[in-house]
Amino acid sequence: MKKLKLVMVGNGMAGVRTLEELLKLAPDLYDITVFGAEPYPNYNRIMLSPVLAGEQEIEDIILNDLDWYAQHNITLHLNKKVVRIDRLNKVVHAEDGTTAEYDRLLLATGSTPFILPVPGSTLDGVIGYRDIHDTHAMIEAAKKYQHAVVIGGGLLGLEAANGLALRGMDVTVVHLMPWLMERQLDKAAADLLQASLEAKGMKFRLEAQTQALIGSELGRVSAIRFKDGTEIPADLVVMAVGIRPNTALAESAGIHCNRGIVVSDTLQTYDPAIYAVGECVSHRGTAYGLVAPLFDMGKVCANHLARMGIARYQGSVTSTKLKVTGIDLFSAGDFTGNEHTEEIVLHDAAGGVYKKLVLKEDVLIGAVMYGDTKDGSWYFQMIRDGKNVAELRDHLMFGQSHLGNTGHQGQSSAAAMPDSMEVCGCNGVCKGTVVKAIKEQGLFTLDEVRKHTKASASCGSCTGLVEQILASTVGGAYSPQAGKCKPMCGCTDLTHEAVREAIRERTLTRIPQVMQELEWRTPNGCASCRPALNYYVLCAHPRVAQDDPQSRFINERAHGNIQKDGTFSVVPRMWGGTTSAAQLRRIADVADKYAITAIKVTGGQRIDLFGIKKEDLPKVWADLDMPSGHAYAKALRTVKTCVGSEWCRFGVQDSTGLGVELEQVLWKLNSPHKVKIAVSGCPRNCAESGIKDVGIIGVDSGWEIYVAGNGGIKTEVAQFLVKVKTREEVLEYSGAFLQLYREEARYLDRTVHYVERVGLDYVKQRVIEDEACRKALYERLRYALQEEKDPWATENVNPREFAPLSI
Amino acid sequence: MKNWQLIATLEDIPPLGSRVVKTAQGDIALFRSADDQVFALHDRCPHKGGPLSQGIVFGHTVACPLHGWNINLEDGQAVAPDVGCTKRLNTKLEAGAVYLQI
Ligand code: SRM
Ligand SMILES: Cc1cc2nc3c(=O)[nH]c(=O)nc-3n(C[C@H](O)[C@H](O)[C@H](O)COP(=O)(O)OP(=O)(O)OC[C@H]3O[C@@H](n4cnc5c(N)ncnc54)[C@H](O)[C@@H]3O)c2cc1C
Ligand code: SF4
Ligand code: FES
Repeated sequence: MKKLKLVMVGNGMAGVRTLEELLKLAPDLYDITVFGAEPYPNYNRIMLSPVLAGEQEIEDIILNDLDWYAQHNITLHLNKKVVRIDRLNKVVHAEDGTTAEYDRLLLATGSTPFILPVPGSTLDGVIGYRDIHDTHAMIEAAKKYQHAVVIGGGLLGLEAANGLALRGMDVTVVHLMPWLMERQLDKAAADLLQASLEAKGMKFRLEAQTQALIGSELGRVSAIRFKDGTEIPADLVVMAVGIRPNTALAESAGIHCNRGIVVSDTLQTYDPAIYAVGECVSHRGTAYGLVAPLFDMGKVCANHLARMGIARYQGSVTSTKLKVTGIDLFSAGDFTGNEHTEEIVLHDAAGGVYKKLVLKEDVLIGAVMYGDTKDGSWYFQMIRDGKNVAELRDHLMFGQSHLGNTGHQGQSSAAAMPDSMEVCGCNGVCKGTVVKAIKEQGLFTLDEVRKHTKASASCGSCTGLVEQILASTVGGAYSPQAGKCKPMCGCTDLTHEAVREAIRERTLTRIPQVMQELEWRTPNGCASCRPALNYYVLCAHPRVAQDDPQSRFINERAHGNIQKDGTFSVVPRMWGGTTSAAQLRRIADVADKYAITAIKVTGGQRIDLFGIKKEDLPKVWADLDMPSGHAYAKALRTVKTCVGSEWCRFGVQDSTGLGVELEQVLWKLNSPHKVKIAVSGCPRNCAESGIKDVGIIGVDSGWEIYVAGNGGIKTEVAQFLVKVKTREEVLEYSGAFLQLYREEARYLDRTVHYVERVGLDYVKQRVIEDEACRKALYERLRYALQEEKDPWATENVNPREFAPLSI
Repeated sequence: MKNWQLIATLEDIPPLGSRVVKTAQGDIALFRSADDQVFALHDRCPHKGGPLSQGIVFGHTVACPLHGWNINLEDGQAVAPDVGCTKRLNTKLEAGAVYLQI
């Protein structure tokens, strides 16, 4: 089949990102031709600021080098501006006469800086700040001249001023409005910002209107005059007062424009063969000036160019970060508020910290922060998700750090960290390494940073800090994935919820079937989606779906924890932490027989035997003759108990007895992540029920049930669910809660993450208030557990898994 | 000169799975992909020596069980951005029998 022709005009960030997305989806559909007015391949425009500040070189910021275009057979016309589109014959014409025919045309022409039409605006030394050419002009000017004036106290203007100041110029920022960055900051935050920039040596003229630029005899600018008649010297004037979408080309071809090329939710212009993305477009009346929304557009546009036709672009909420080293500033959403909104404000002028949150009917709609921005992306995510924060409200202002998410040594402000400080304690990654990778590899998302540096890739407790470093390095280009629509993994665009629903509704019982029906991009998934799908299929269709061992992590395939040297550990089950002399003797005998010298009592009230060779595992299990402790599985781990009323002088309930009973009922339960239970015999709570997935505390009149606690990476106190009278009720309520979690949580979410997502009120409604629902949940759990097997029992061991081959 | 050795039948290796072969040169991991091709690598991850035979296989890639590096089964190279290489061995499949050049 003959390939279709795709022509792209504008070789910038939005356009090339669209091509990258397209090549992922449909690598062979088009012959691609690209025209770029600049003489460079696609580079990271936002990194011009660090280049100006002397923190980076131009070579470092190239995103796609010439090889990339060659590898994908893209015909590249650099330094060629397209001047005419002949829509009738579907041909574009460049200034130098080059032409190209198209079946589909993609306009990604970006925008140009707006130059104030004041007298003298065409003098030498008066420039905008947009591309490599402008950046060079500024660097050269800083070598020769002393006085710089930046007109415009917005993001771009301040970054320009900072760079010029660092290059030794005497810089004055002229701003028409009463405070800096008025579109992103309120006055209080802007004042703090201004004070720190003044401390760096910059000067400010606020509420100052430019009347004219004055030239020297040589035709170069020499001063700026204001409306009030005053003048200050200026050898370089940078205009950063706004941008104008480049629509002239589209308009000349008769394509409808209105402060931008008007596009639909599929990024199509009024001519169905012509698409447009980036700063040149107007979508639902908005033209964006930050890269995060442009990347979202690119993704949707690529989907339609690839003829998949399932995505829609519905606009973006943007956030702002200033890329000035040492300054932490963040704003997102609607932060001015009105009579229908409420504000929470924290203002520590001496400490240089200011935070304002704007709420409307318990939904966060805007945030401004200065000095301490570590929670910026957390708030941003809540704004984008429109999450109801009623339950969090009391401690919303204290942020997520209140709940953990700091670097290894507890530091929480990226700006204050020296480059050599460790961010990620699991993988030993320092701040400098993260910043360097972001800049040099052109990384924009948390996932990319994880892949390249491993920071936050293991336990994830430093995620907030890494996001903060990312945000302050790439500025507004950083956009956390909105949790609601995050795809499962790179193999699909569908969310966990959508996949689970399809598995249920369409009765999909095998992984290949799921992948085929839901059009997986990869032939057999990846190490991240296969285990999830295996669980989803088994959970949705108990006793019908077949387990796929090859889609399980080795621990679950070998029923033991793999150790760093490739041997395994064995943890037999001890019901509720109870054991007997006979059991202990058997363990001792097994240890002798297999020369196991490392034996440890675990934090879960049982015994761990280490260093066992895989091929010996079945024999060890057989000799132990105890059930599997599932210490390796996404399943019920331990039921911790205390002494209880049997012996303890304070005990009011038989916690040991109930713990053993619970464990015997639930021990074969598999789940999205591990599940831990504890039962204490009185409120002294010696079994630590307050940090368990299900924690039960005996009181004189019955049992209190707590859920969604966690004692791991981020300690979370369990929340009170209900108080019941009898042991049967404890079983029914706990079981119903666990089944709800099994059916609805995303794979690898602990109960705390699940409850955080759906809200405790929802859980109460399903498990407490709706009796029929509770009973049905508990019934489904019992049904699912009935045929589960002990993986260690001799008859269930698959010999092929354990026996090595030999020559 | 290395010789072809008969090691196993295709059925001995589960699809998208692997088996370990104990040899004088150390453990060798034999993988079978979904399209019934067989690959052999030394059973040591270039990262910290993890046993690749215990990983999850997808496409022509295995994910190491210890820290999740992805290793290409065809050439033993770590998948970018990770860098490293595990020695590979030649295999051939004849009438359902798997041979290893060793
Ligand atoms: C053996 C044990 C440590 C000990 O010697 O005491 C242990 C050992 C491991 N824990 Fe743990 N945890 C052990 C009790 C705990 C506890 C305490 C408890 O259960 O009362 C916690 C905190 C409570 C909690 O989970 O809420 C705990 C929180 C974690 C976490 C963090 C979980 C979280 O959601 O934040 C991980 C990482 C993970 O699961 O992703 C982890 C992971 C691990 C792994 C499985 C790491 C791994 O993936 O290889 C360790 C396996 C070592 C091995 O090969 O055996 N372990 N781990 C404990 C086994 C208990 C048992 O009998 O089953
Ligand atoms: C100094 C600076 C710092 C910035 N910092 C940030 C930040 O921190 N965070 C953030 O999110 N955003 C930032 N931005 C904005 C961001 O760079 C832009 O939003 C983004 O680059 C726009 O992408 P685009 O593809 O739409 O346009 P561009 O990247 O401008 O690409 C358009 C390209 O099309 C070419 N072109 C135009 N017309 C034609 C034609 N007729 N024929 C051929 N080629 C043509 C242009 O020369 C240009 O190369 C910054 C911008 C600058 C200048
Ligand atoms: S046992 Fe738990 S805390 Fe200890 S090193 Fe392993 S994962 Fe970390
Ligand atoms: S040893 Fe293989 S990933 Fe670390």
